[in-house]
Amino acid sequence: MNQFKIVLRLAWRNLWRNHRRTLIMIAAIVIGAWSMIFMTSLMRGMVDDMIADGISVLPGHVQIHHPDYRDDPTIANVIAPPSGELLEALDSPGVVAWATRVRVPAVISSERDTRGVTLIGIEPDRERDISFVAGDIAEGEFLSSRDDRGLIVGRRLVEKLETGLGKRVVIMSQDQENEIADRGFRIVGIFESKLVQYEEGFVFSGEAVIQELLGVGDAISEVAILGSDYRDVEDLYRSIEAAAGDGVEVLPWNEIDTYLGSMLAMMDGFVIVFIVVVFLALSFGLVNTLVMAVFERVREIGLMLALGMTPRTILAQIVTESVLLLIIGLAVGNIAAIATIEPLKGGIDVSIVGEGMEMMGASSVLYPALYLKDIVMANLIVIVLGFFASLSPAWRASQYDPIRAITKV
Amino acid sequence: MKSVTCKELCKTYHQGDIEVTGLDHVDLEISEGGFVCLSAPSGGGKTTLLNAIGGLDTPDSGEIWLAGERIDNLGKGELASMRLNRIGFVFQAYNLIPVLTARENIEFVMEVQGVPSADRERRSTEILAEVGLEGLGDRRPAQMSGGQQQRVAVARAIVSKPALVLADEPTANLDSHTAEQLMELFVELNEHHGTTFVIATHDQRVMRYARRVVHMLDGKVVDDKRREVA
Repeated sequence: MNQFKIVLRLAWRNLWRNHRRTLIMIAAIVIGAWSMIFMTSLMRGMVDDMIADGISVLPGHVQIHHPDYRDDPTIANVIAPPSGELLEALDSPGVVAWATRVRVPAVISSERDTRGVTLIGIEPDRERDISFVAGDIAEGEFLSSRDDRGLIVGRRLVEKLETGLGKRVVIMSQDQENEIADRGFRIVGIFESKLVQYEEGFVFSGEAVIQELLGVGDAISEVAILGSDYRDVEDLYRSIEAAAGDGVEVLPWNEIDTYLGSMLAMMDGFVIVFIVVVFLALSFGLVNTLVMAVFERVREIGLMLALGMTPRTILAQIVTESVLLLIIGLAVGNIAAIATIEPLKGGIDVSIVGEGMEMMGASSVLYPALYLKDIVMANLIVIVLGFFASLSPAWRASQYDPIRAITKV
Repeated sequence: MKSVTCKELCKTYHQGDIEVTGLDHVDLEISEGGFVCLSAPSGGGKTTLLNAIGGLDTPDSGEIWLAGERIDNLGKGELASMRLNRIGFVFQAYNLIPVLTARENIEFVMEVQGVPSADRERRSTEILAEVGLEGLGDRRPAQMSGGQQQRVAVARAIVSKPALVLADEPTANLDSHTAEQLMELFVELNEHHGTTFVIATHDQRVMRYARRVVHMLDGKVVDDKRREVA
């Protein structure tokens, strides 16, 4: 304890022997820490937004469908609606919302143009809680029931088809007998999405209407289930999988949308790489500062060794100086980063590069997301790597020959 | 009881291609409570011998015994512990740690030894008064004169009551008056605390105070005089 106190006192006072050098180094660490945390929060925010948007489009957190549906998403691969044990699991407290859908590839035709789309039959009341459509209606109204014969279309598709609200379009698909199934729909609602591909790709109508069109009775293509947190779906997935039984495929969102799933894993790796790269730039300054500090104190270190301080204590003293520098710099850097991020949580308008962001699947407003785990990781990485970076000058100092060090001119 | 025993000590340095003899078969015994001056011209071997006795330098051959324990074969850590607990050092210059106050410098060794803080404070207060630096405990070395700094170094060397104090040219940077005061302090401490003093010097003023003067030349002991001090 005594050794620790004297090491701490010597390290602290030595730190302030050269105020200017110490302050410059602290400023560098502050900037490094700030950039690590701020940039990480922007990246996290972007990925969170992409995942939240992706999940809200359709997948939910967990999905059930026919084992062949992902390879061949046609009406041939349907499942029975939830019942029995599965229905109980879907109504359990871990499930925030769930909805069934009939989902098939189709062709939509206006009097001007024809486009390929995904036709989705939904239960409006359930869908309202799970996906984006109900909340993104810009014109007209959302569907009222699963028997609603109206059609919800994206703004961009409406423009491409040169049609509009209240106009009729024809939708054509295949039924289970591989016969053409088509019928006219009136556009009752137009939705706008942050991502244009959704506006162009999906059209919605009542689930019962689509089942009737395709002649599948009460069969459905999928059940989408929403839990409380997309980062923590393992328990939900396990319970649904157990309740669903054989004959169906149950998948979490990150396996349904592997691009989004890999984004999350990639993001964790990217954050670590980013922090390490920033630290590497910092470490040159840190090691240089320590080398200079040691070089200036060769005789003093020799004196302490001569008086009986052990090499290990000398090493601890130099490493402590480095750690103190890092702690001060990180503390100020953390405060600066949090103070910068908090006012920006309402969103940063990046519409100037909006098209590029949309191509990546992100929206044109960035919402910085500050996670405690990122702050802890950034600080921990810097402290641990800083500790190792300071070992070299500290080791050299601890190995001085006391007499040569004392008599060094 | 012998405080220091050196047997057949040899030490050779290399300065480029030139071989310099630091110690040449030195035999020396110093009793407890002794007050010994090692006298030699520059390069005569007195500092080399002092450093070897203090465990700061290892001889090429021979043996060094301190209070009955052989130290020439100890490892770095054991030597550090031995220096910390048994020896007080006073160097010619650069004796103090600049970022510590006079009191903290005096308490430094005790603190590393693990002496409780109340005890350290009491002993440093006493020793500050004893070396005539009462009221200067809060000053840093840069705020003190050379003589005052040397007194702080002496206070640090003796405050933990080591059996042996090794001083290397302790008066080299001091004026006559301050040098005399310092030597009187050494004598007083030697008499009051029974501490063994070994002082390397070629300063005649210092030798006047010694009860034994060991003359060295080219790394050899050439004369060993014991005398009465008035």
